[in-house]
Amino acid sequence: MDFNFTDEQNMVRDGISRLIREQYDWDTRREVIASETGWRPELWAQLAELGMLAAPFSEEDGGFGGGATETMLIMEEFGKGLAIEPFIPSVVCAGGFLKYGGSAAQKEEYLAGIISGEMIFAFAYAEPRGRYDLADLQTTAKADGGDYVLNGHKAVVIGAPWATHFVVTARTAGDQRDRSGVSVFIVDKNADGVSLRDYGTVDGRRASEVYFENVKVAGDALIGEADNGLPLIEQVVDEATAAVCAEATGAMKVTNEMTLDYSRQRKQFGTPIGSFQVLQHRMADMLMEYEQSVSMSYLATIRLSEDVATRKEAVSSAKVRIGQAARFIGQNAIQTHGGMGMTDELAVGSYFKRLSIIEGEFGSVDHHMRRHIRLNAAA
Amino acid sequence: MNLEFTAEENAFRDEVREFIKNNYPDNIEGRGVQDELSPEDMTAWHKILGKKGWSVPAWPTEFGGTGWTPTQRYIWSEENARVNAVMPLPFGVAMVGPVIYTFGNDEQKEQHLPGIRDGSVWWCQGYSEPGAGSDLASLKTTAVRDGDDYIINGQKTWTTLAQHADWGFFLCRTDPDAAKPQQGISFILVDMKTPGIEVRPIKLIDGGHEVNEVWLTDVRVPASNLIGQENMGWTYAKFLLAHERSGIAGVARSKRGVEQLKDIAAKELLDGKPLVEDMGFARKISQLEIDLSALEITELRTLAGEQAGKGPGPESSLLKVKGTEIQQRLTELTLEAVGYYGTPDFRSFPEDGSNDFPIGPDYAHHAAPTYFNMRKTSIYGGSNEIQRNIITKMILGL
Repeated sequence: MDFNFTDEQNMVRDGISRLIREQYDWDTRREVIASETGWRPELWAQLAELGMLAAPFSEEDGGFGGGATETMLIMEEFGKGLAIEPFIPSVVCAGGFLKYGGSAAQKEEYLAGIISGEMIFAFAYAEPRGRYDLADLQTTAKADGGDYVLNGHKAVVIGAPWATHFVVTARTAGDQRDRSGVSVFIVDKNADGVSLRDYGTVDGRRASEVYFENVKVAGDALIGEADNGLPLIEQVVDEATAAVCAEATGAMKVTNEMTLDYSRQRKQFGTPIGSFQVLQHRMADMLMEYEQSVSMSYLATIRLSEDVATRKEAVSSAKVRIGQAARFIGQNAIQTHGGMGMTDELAVGSYFKRLSIIEGEFGSVDHHMRRHIRLNAAA
Repeated sequence: MNLEFTAEENAFRDEVREFIKNNYPDNIEGRGVQDELSPEDMTAWHKILGKKGWSVPAWPTEFGGTGWTPTQRYIWSEENARVNAVMPLPFGVAMVGPVIYTFGNDEQKEQHLPGIRDGSVWWCQGYSEPGAGSDLASLKTTAVRDGDDYIINGQKTWTTLAQHADWGFFLCRTDPDAAKPQQGISFILVDMKTPGIEVRPIKLIDGGHEVNEVWLTDVRVPASNLIGQENMGWTYAKFLLAHERSGIAGVARSKRGVEQLKDIAAKELLDGKPLVEDMGFARKISQLEIDLSALEITELRTLAGEQAGKGPGPESSLLKVKGTEIQQRLTELTLEAVGYYGTPDFRSFPEDGSNDFPIGPDYAHHAAPTYFNMRKTSIYGGSNEIQRNIITKMILGL
């Protein structure tokens, strides 16, 4: 039993922490997300330069020999600064697909591109009517000689406006919700028949609806096995879920600190509101929610490399607990800030919004509760 | 970062599991603290452990501790929880024992520590009073010096199992004029057979006799029974409250409880199908398991900190709050799960000497009284509100 980090891991954390501290003050962030492109490509280049995009990959894959723990540490710091960069879609998701399912040629071409920051991937998996079910797919990929032809509509593809490539899940066989018949493809954003409708998100990021109309990709665009992509998708999405859990803990930590600070400064009835027991106990509860979330983020990260049932149970447990904590902390932070919490003037509102959206990212509390129940029944 | 135990720790687990298997008394096997246990049952395991030298693992080795690491102590408590062992009561081993070896004089150590270790002396705790609960420092029981003695007058309450106690440790006011209520309190050991002590039972909502009122009228005890210095008792009392909090979360016992709950929910029917298959109930079970696994990792993180030399700090308040919430929720869901057979009062049936309960499934007998009883956990040991005050002060710094 060991909750310490290696020297290398501490270096990763210190590096990302410094970058975010120095370049991610809330006012700068506000300007950036209001700008035309909505982000800073030069910051992505800096992340690549610092080795952050290589951190979770093995040396054979061109990385620094790290893994899920490195991702966790990076995402915690992302959460503290509300960083909007597409680390999860590009590095954790696309990088994960290539790490576990990519051929040598795919790794050489795409993983190298992800690590250098020259290629940026978005993960196009959700569909307008599919909710959180990864196998509920109306997007199709039909074999056509050695190629595939894709048709469909992917919903709320995070980071798509900034991406150069997509990882796309599509049905190659079977019915809409069958667990088999699902395949994973790499699609160039500039391929003929790909169109996007870009927009901002309520938590400061950019996303797109992505449409595929008779998009032809070569056979070597397939990642992993044809028709049997779901286990790979579930593995990668579990890793992404653990990453977003870690991000949530970072955001909760700062939210709690801001709330505590505010309660010391704000005076009513002639005294700081932090002297009122009703608010003290609420903040004690917020602290306990945070600590339980950190525990669950660790648990999910540790269990990612274990057998499928153990991994799924830990990840779903973590997402349930953290989704609930994110709601509790976000809502009570706004409440404690009173009217000021409702204004766009304070950072706490941005943290609240990100925490609110995290609850549903890669599956809501309800979704993961259902998965936990199904795993229990199967045990 | 990993959750693995080392090879040595796993070997230790095997060793203690084997010892428990071979030595845990047959007649109380599978019976928990909620069952009707005789005083002999309650101390049987303690006495066996005393002979083995394992009754006070957390104590320094010079006073009879085992020298186990915090992780080994955790494994020990897990293995005992697996068989629902009736552990040594805390009043001696976890409360007054550490106060005596830390603040007591050599005579006091010599007189009292052996009886605590071997389980031959039963201790009770004289802290709370009718007017001093969460506000313990407002206690009014007085001890007045008279020659070589103190004369104690007052009333203590919620004194757990005082009906069996040989000795008690009492907080008494020795300086009524002290500037602050926390000053002027002394920590005094009292032989419960001393004239002037009357123990009156308090019947609880679960129908059991677990706690008592202790009335003290002109109770004369030797001044040599004072621990440490006069008027410094509050310091010792606080030390006691902060001591040996490991296991306070009750994770291993709650895990066992969840398994029992799942068994019950698999046997009970709803719409002709096992209750556990109902989404509504299954969701409650899953929530409990998820909360418990968060608590478990938090406890392991605290333990890892302790292992690295960090003393148990205010995090124990978090473990207490969340641990007791889960214990209570577990008993609440068990009562829900058993349905109508949670209603009969097993105490209302004639005693016919048989252990068979006349109606309903065995697992339903204690569901309601256990649920009633476990409401105490968020009240005792510093109520959960007091724990939040501690978190506010010690962690948030407000």
